[in-house]
Amino acid sequence: MALPTHISSGPPASPSRQPVYALVGNPNCGKSTLFNALTGLKQKVGNYPGVTVEKKVGTAYSQHGQPITVIDLPGTYSLAARSPDEAVTRDVLLGRRADTSTPDRILCIVDATNLERNLYLVHQVLDLGRPVILVLNMMDLAARAGLNVRAARLEKELGIPVIACEAVHGRGLIELKLAMSRPDLPLARHAWDIPAAIAPAVGELQASLIAHDRKAPLLARAEALLLLTDQDSVRVAGSSPLSSRTAELLRAWQERWSAAGTDWAGTLVSSRYDAIGQIAAQVVLRDGTVGPSASDRIDSVATHPFWGWAVLGTVMTLLFLSIFTLAEGPMNWIDAHIASLADAVKTALPPGDLRDLITDGAIAGVGGVIIFLPQILILFFFIGLLESTGYMARAAFIMDRLMSRVGLNGKSFIPMLSSYACAIPGIMATRTIEDPKDRLVTILVAPLMSCSARLPVYLLMIAALVPGDRVPLPTKVGIMILMYALGTFGAFFFAWLFKRTLLKGAPPLMIMELPPYRLPRLKDVAQHMVERGWLFVRRAGTVILGISIILWFLSAYPKAPEGTPPTQQLAQSFAGQAGHALEPLIKPIGFDWQIGIGLITSFAAREVFVSTMSVVFNVETTDDDTTPLRQALLAAKWPDGRPLFTPLVCFTLMIFYVFAMQCMSTIAVVKRETNGWKWPIFQTCYMTGTAWILSFVVYQSGRALGF
Amino acid sequence: MPDAPAPPSSDPSSIPLSQLAVGANATIREFPKLGTAFLRLREMGLLAGTPITLVRAAPLGDPLEIKIRGYHLTLRKSEADHIFVSPAA
Repeated sequence: MALPTHISSGPPASPSRQPVYALVGNPNCGKSTLFNALTGLKQKVGNYPGVTVEKKVGTAYSQHGQPITVIDLPGTYSLAARSPDEAVTRDVLLGRRADTSTPDRILCIVDATNLERNLYLVHQVLDLGRPVILVLNMMDLAARAGLNVRAARLEKELGIPVIACEAVHGRGLIELKLAMSRPDLPLARHAWDIPAAIAPAVGELQASLIAHDRKAPLLARAEALLLLTDQDSVRVAGSSPLSSRTAELLRAWQERWSAAGTDWAGTLVSSRYDAIGQIAAQVVLRDGTVGPSASDRIDSVATHPFWGWAVLGTVMTLLFLSIFTLAEGPMNWIDAHIASLADAVKTALPPGDLRDLITDGAIAGVGGVIIFLPQILILFFFIGLLESTGYMARAAFIMDRLMSRVGLNGKSFIPMLSSYACAIPGIMATRTIEDPKDRLVTILVAPLMSCSARLPVYLLMIAALVPGDRVPLPTKVGIMILMYALGTFGAFFFAWLFKRTLLKGAPPLMIMELPPYRLPRLKDVAQHMVERGWLFVRRAGTVILGISIILWFLSAYPKAPEGTPPTQQLAQSFAGQAGHALEPLIKPIGFDWQIGIGLITSFAAREVFVSTMSVVFNVETTDDDTTPLRQALLAAKWPDGRPLFTPLVCFTLMIFYVFAMQCMSTIAVVKRETNGWKWPIFQTCYMTGTAWILSFVVYQSGRALGF
Repeated sequence: MPDAPAPPSSDPSSIPLSQLAVGANATIREFPKLGTAFLRLREMGLLAGTPITLVRAAPLGDPLEIKIRGYHLTLRKSEADHIFVSPAA
């Protein structure tokens, strides 16, 4: 069953429509770099409807200035998908997605240093019967590894244009654009024999796909082949399902083979690799042997039983130090500008509800989130840097054993660690986790890691907890470590629990390529950072704005008579009433209605608790000095004269903030990443529920012990 | 290793990949037919007859790093238990 040879396709598309290219390739083969080099900043980043898989579409220009659409499909090793990302790649190429136009032509990028495995995907793609251009990337690295990869020979073997390229240095791009501009492209000439054991099945499935699924003959053959290796096939939203006739036929064949002990999938994979082996033998010449590569030498330290931990610890420490030091300046800048913006609006508009809505509702609320943007962006930048250098895979390799104790794999490590700074980039970084259940578990527990917005609350409570004006450093650090440890332990406990109950699944695999170390391309990393940051602002922005306005309304209404001090205004507002209404619920954990107001307003972001307490207790505070607030807290009393903020209550409040989901931005991001309200609502309930239960246990046992 | 299947009798010299010495070269002999993990490993080039090197184990002993067809790959011992290899002389 060899493919017909020397068919020329007509012009890539009618003049009314831009030609559409799909860019496919293995992970780590330089696909994003090539996409950026081809399309520059003319990219649209979004989501495939119904799935949280990033959709990237850009416009490139041919040598004659004609626009060409390029779809950057998620990287994959095979079209037999095992994750939602890979399923999207498969479905777009097979024309199964109504939301994406089926590409006219395919741009296949391969890593020349690793030709055999990369050609496996190419081999599957060539079956699709569409014009393919092969980009042989990283030719410089192949030469350095002692490999002579002969592009001309590969072109002759496959019968399609093969462009030698170094996307990082921009070499080969002109030749590539010339090839993309060609009005006709030859179809592949790769003749390979489908193994006799499965050939009848492929023929029947192909016929059924043509008849019942209305597929073109070549595409039907490709899909028939794919169905045989697509065992637990991943279905994602937006993908048109197989007709029942074809599905039935497939099941019948699989049953027949299983009974006969035929290893159909293995036979198919082997025959592809046999064909690839013959091509590679012609194309790749080894220029003598080379010693251990730089990557091997780095890894002998970076994954060493002792030095590996030292390197990991150093990298992570540097990461956190730089997040907090680098973010400080921009955060102060944003803080100042938000304040001056609010002032400007105050002077420009007449006093009234509209003015307050804009300044105290929209500007203050959104500003409270924007202020974390520097941290979020820096974290995205470092995650991108770790990914593009190849160290991310090593960190996952080292941490896998520990993560497997709670039923996750090493890939959950970076998202969880990032959440110490902010859960938002952590949750957005879970996209590298293939298994949807593992990814969901990681998303659910990530906000338990104590983020930087909890710090102001912890610091205020520690100040109120410890007698004396200055808290001794060891006490401060000790309590702080305790809170961080509690959150971390909680995250691991709930991951373990969810993996055993709610999101039970097979133990995760750790099949992961360790790509060679590469110098990062800062331009790509920065572009990725901006994309991610913008995605967050755009998608979470509306939810955040909405909740900010609601929270403003709750604390501004009903209006007290003119001239009422802010403290009394807040006390009689809906928020104040809600605080009162909440009191029976939070009294068992030692909180009164005034703290209740703080719990409600700090739902926007945890650090808002501090500013709310200043309003509740009528204290002028600055960010740098919480002493007046601390004194006011210590002076606060229950109506019966008992002190409100006893050391036990302060401690309980900290524990409450370790566990409670008090962050609307996280909720907005989880909603987006899980495609619905179900999981963010579940997450809020389980976290805040746990917070209440633990606070209750701590407070009541503290009371019983006489604190 | 109670869970690992006994080495196939056809090739008495083959051992599970998880028992290969660090740094040793070997050739894959027997590979499980079913399971998503093994299908993906096969698609990544782990086939009977393919040369393989066990590069190292992670600092905590699991997962393993192997070199195959010129690239580096990790897999857990629980998978490596089922892949049989014959060590190079």
